[in-house]
Amino acid sequence: MYPSRFRYEAPRSLGEAIEALRDGGDYAKVLAGGQSLVPLMKLRFASPDLVVDINNVPGLDYHRADPDGTLRIGALCRHADLERSALLKDTQPTMAMAAPLIADPIVRTRGTLVGSLCHADPQGDWASVLTALGGSVVAQGPAGKRTIPLDGFVTGPFENLLAPDEIAVEALVPPARGKRAGGYLKLERRVGDFATVGVAVALEMSGDTVTRAGIGLTGVGGSTIAATEAAAALAGQPLAADVIERAADLAAAAARPRTDHRGSAEYKRHMVRTFVVRLLRRTDLTAERAA
Amino acid sequence: MTIVYDDLDGQEAADVPMRRIRFSINGRKKVAEVEPRLLLSHLIRRGLGLTGTHMGCDTTNCGACTVLVDGRPVKSCTMLAVQADGHEISTVEGLASASELHPLQEGFKEEHGLQCGFCTPGMMMAAKALLDENPDPTEEDVRWALSGNLCRCTGYQNIVKSVLWAADKLRAEG
Repeated sequence: MYPSRFRYEAPRSLGEAIEALRDGGDYAKVLAGGQSLVPLMKLRFASPDLVVDINNVPGLDYHRADPDGTLRIGALCRHADLERSALLKDTQPTMAMAAPLIADPIVRTRGTLVGSLCHADPQGDWASVLTALGGSVVAQGPAGKRTIPLDGFVTGPFENLLAPDEIAVEALVPPARGKRAGGYLKLERRVGDFATVGVAVALEMSGDTVTRAGIGLTGVGGSTIAATEAAAALAGQPLAADVIERAADLAAAAARPRTDHRGSAEYKRHMVRTFVVRLLRRTDLTAERAA
Repeated sequence: MTIVYDDLDGQEAADVPMRRIRFSINGRKKVAEVEPRLLLSHLIRRGLGLTGTHMGCDTTNCGACTVLVDGRPVKSCTMLAVQADGHEISTVEGLASASELHPLQEGFKEEHGLQCGFCTPGMMMAAKALLDENPDPTEEDVRWALSGNLCRCTGYQNIVKSVLWAADKLRAEG
């Protein structure tokens, strides 16, 4: 299969890339890892007139923490970089658990976290993880940079808030005020399949008490779902059995699953509940072991 | 390299955007003129005539087309040929020397790691990337590294054994 014909630019700086997008006409796409865009182009679900390949733009392949703890993930940071990251392992349990579950090991060589956020697939894992963490996307255009919180960034299935001449240059995760806990669980039929259900839980703890909670749901709605009521039920609470059960019920209620070849709506909703319980109990156990 | 354009019913070939790229394949430097929509897998198979890289699903699932780009495994059906500009590509043809099979190839032979053989080049290249990074993998490491490659014949058991065989041999060779 071939993509339909397109013009190709491989700029060497962000400025040139933004210029190319601005001059690019009605339908230009930014190519980073290409692990979603290229398949879509081959299937002719996407037929851009112009492809702006940013792989030659230096200085975008980083992930690092600012002195205040803000995590920054550049547009060319690959899933494989995050999977191998000591920084994530030490400071970001939810992301560290999600990274090895993205697609398959070969796709992870090229695919990027920021690209995954932009692609805005309701079954994309990173959007749920960063939603749970209260993350955001930094977009750069001719007028400069702006920071867009993730829950507003994804506007629907495969749709985001970027203007045609803007590039998502990095993703941000705000610093934790307490000790981070949480994780990501994904039900998939086999490695590399899209998530049947995915649940991201991101907690900040002070002793036994949850000081901040975020829960993101993958694959159970028209776009990534922030289970805000479930998260609110955890805030200020210890991770006691009744608190966990209540949060799991609320997360399941927030899911909007549909029956398809991956499972019935009822099954998927049940799995959301199960995953929330598992993640919160796991957090509980981890805390106990550490203490 | 000969280039044959599609007859575009009036849209002249001159309108087709072409780009010149320089890259290396199995250690040999090459220059190619490619249309941006050409996939890396097509450049390898048709442009370079290296048909050891197989096209299986053409949808980023099966891993049969796996090659190494700068030493890292990539599904060549999911990368544009123009993106190979300035990079080093390795395919299954680059494994063996003139007189000797690569230990991975020997391993697949010794441990019956293939039946129809279609997935084998992709399996070997994914395994090569693993062994380059981790010369002493556990069985679990091998299964993990090959989890992006599908085989419909073997049930994977002998493929895993083949890679472990190769790892032993490579370590013994030092």
